[in-house]
Amino acid sequence: MAVQEHSSADEPPRGSILNDPRVRSVFYQLVVVAIIVILGWEIVSNTMANLKRQEIASGFGFLENTAGFGIIQTLVHYTETSNYGRALLVGLLNTMLVAVIGVAMATIIGFIVGVGRLSSNWIIAKLAYLYVEILRNIPLLLQIFFWYFAVLRAVPSPRNSVTFLDSIFINNRGIYGPKALFGEGSVAIGIALLLAVAGSIVLHVWARKRQEATGQRFRSGLSALGMIIGLPVVAYFASGMPVSVEYPVLRGFNFVGGLQLTPEFVALVLALSIYTASFIAEIVRAGILAVSHGQTEAAGALGLRPGPTLRLVVIPQAMRVIIPPLTSQYLNLTKNSSLAVAIAYPDLVSVGGTVLNQTGQAIEIIGIWMFVYLSLSLITSAFMNWYNQRMALVER
Amino acid sequence: MTIKLLPLALGAALGMAVTAASGATLDDVKAKGFVQCGVSQGLPGFSNPDSAGNWSGLDVDFCKAMAAAIFGDPSAAKYTPLSAKERFTALQSGEIDVLPRNTTWTMTRDTTLGLNFVGVNYYDGQGFMVRKALGVSSALELSGASICTNTGTTTELNVADYFRANNMPYEIVAFEKSDEVVQAYDSGRCDVYTTDASGLYAQRLKLTNPDDHMVLPEIISKEPLGPVVRQGDDQWFNVAKWTLFAMINAEELGVTKANVEDMKSSDNPAVKRLLGLEGSYGEAIGLSNDWALNLIKAVGNYGEVFDNNVGPDTPLGISRGLNALWSKGGIMYAPPIR
Repeated sequence: MAVQEHSSADEPPRGSILNDPRVRSVFYQLVVVAIIVILGWEIVSNTMANLKRQEIASGFGFLENTAGFGIIQTLVHYTETSNYGRALLVGLLNTMLVAVIGVAMATIIGFIVGVGRLSSNWIIAKLAYLYVEILRNIPLLLQIFFWYFAVLRAVPSPRNSVTFLDSIFINNRGIYGPKALFGEGSVAIGIALLLAVAGSIVLHVWARKRQEATGQRFRSGLSALGMIIGLPVVAYFASGMPVSVEYPVLRGFNFVGGLQLTPEFVALVLALSIYTASFIAEIVRAGILAVSHGQTEAAGALGLRPGPTLRLVVIPQAMRVIIPPLTSQYLNLTKNSSLAVAIAYPDLVSVGGTVLNQTGQAIEIIGIWMFVYLSLSLITSAFMNWYNQRMALVER
Repeated sequence: MTIKLLPLALGAALGMAVTAASGATLDDVKAKGFVQCGVSQGLPGFSNPDSAGNWSGLDVDFCKAMAAAIFGDPSAAKYTPLSAKERFTALQSGEIDVLPRNTTWTMTRDTTLGLNFVGVNYYDGQGFMVRKALGVSSALELSGASICTNTGTTTELNVADYFRANNMPYEIVAFEKSDEVVQAYDSGRCDVYTTDASGLYAQRLKLTNPDDHMVLPEIISKEPLGPVVRQGDDQWFNVAKWTLFAMINAEELGVTKANVEDMKSSDNPAVKRLLGLEGSYGEAIGLSNDWALNLIKAVGNYGEVFDNNVGPDTPLGISRGLNALWSKGGIMYAPPIR
């Protein structure tokens, strides 16, 4: 009897289907989806109709056309006769170059300053404090202009270059240095380097496993260094010394040959990494302060010196706090690199702007810009999330 | 298909703005009471704001002439400063009504952008400026030089063509804004500054020591600069086109800002037609018959506009050259009003 009563109380109350919460929720979701689809379709068809009526060409066919303009810094082969697609690729690679180098430099400077802010040395702590407060409070665009225009004016002209060892030249056209030319047979050196890196990783994994199993330590660092330097050197001599060095030479207006870092590139990387480092420093400080002081004391009680305490106890725990906001800073740096257009660094926005102006394909170019920055950010974000998971606290 | 739809969706805002602005531009302009002109971000002689924010220049005077032709009042014009990159989109989307912004007439721009060039209000060509101290006397000596210019202009393409044709290496440094090009050139980043010759004379005034710099004799391209309107509105196209022609015809007929009232009593039928005393030419383009009278009263004829803004007595000091009337050795020519 009791069971029967219970089941009847459990049955939904009979009423109009309009009052059924499940039906209602499904209905409203369908309405929302329908509105979004109709709105989206309306926008797209409206735009297409307008473009057609105004006789503005659309589509991505223009990417095949000859670009016809020069670009100052190209990582892949590019000439004026290359097509627009190639020009955009050059811009994309330039953006990625600035982003990768900027992120690496910002991280290094940020960690040094962040740890410096917590230093017990009064001068170091205050210097780090000044660094953070000054640099994070000046707009990035102004800092880029400072590094580009202010520093550029102080640097001599090519004929009066500052010279180091007759091979490195600094002038207002950039920093010139010797460049390695890889002749035939240099592939062997590359293979040797790859083998050495792979070998070092295997050695490191083995050393860690053995330490965890037996407690015996094996210093894999030095052997790895020996391998990474030694193997390519052996390969270099074995393959008949195929690498030669090209030095920059002053000819006419400018230096020719060698490796050139343009002032635009140097200014942009400096500004981006120094600015972003001021934020990273604060993130690092917050991360370290988040680790309970008891951990440091415990490490001290076990006999660890301050250096290893920081490296083995504090930083690994702080990383869990540091990584998520650090990801945001990496994303910011990548996106801020689009300010390059102000100082003539040929990044994706700058090159894309030229293409846009010459072809008039505004919608397509802006679409490419948004797609590329979104992709770069999502890739960075995915990588950092993976790293974050790896660093997460593993309960044993 | 998805690839095609994505950017279109992104451009939705643009597309919607277009709907609002298309149609009879003249009616829209009359309804709002002013002409919205797209101009440069500051090019002395062509379109440049003073410290009080008042615009002046050859291109600005064209805009004032249109305002005077439509409303009888040259101040019924508003100005939108645009970068080279933004200018066509601003016109396409209806943000501005007409674009007198030292813009080179090329086939691509005339055909694929949904725009129409009204005519030519300045015949220009691209030149090079260098420091006198370099001791260069010809552009052919510029092999290996660093060259500063603006992005997104025909100048970038002309430089590439010229140096390639003469088999000279070069390094191009292209900036978004003219002011930064000037700064970079001034700070020694580049050996050469290149843009339209008129622009070189104008920007030279912004350098620390203008007299230390010289413009090389070579002109490497044809740069016919002219106002632009949207394609598909023939009435508005006509208004803009005949505003320009009226200024040139006025110079040819000797009608000036000062004597325009006296010229009303002229016996010359061509002058009578220009000033709306004979025929109904103004009504044919949707304006009043004294349209040309008003615009001459406001800004003067083409020759006066040229002399006031870029001529020999201005800081730019440009002689008429190609821009003189066809009857005086130049190629400035307008179809007759009849």
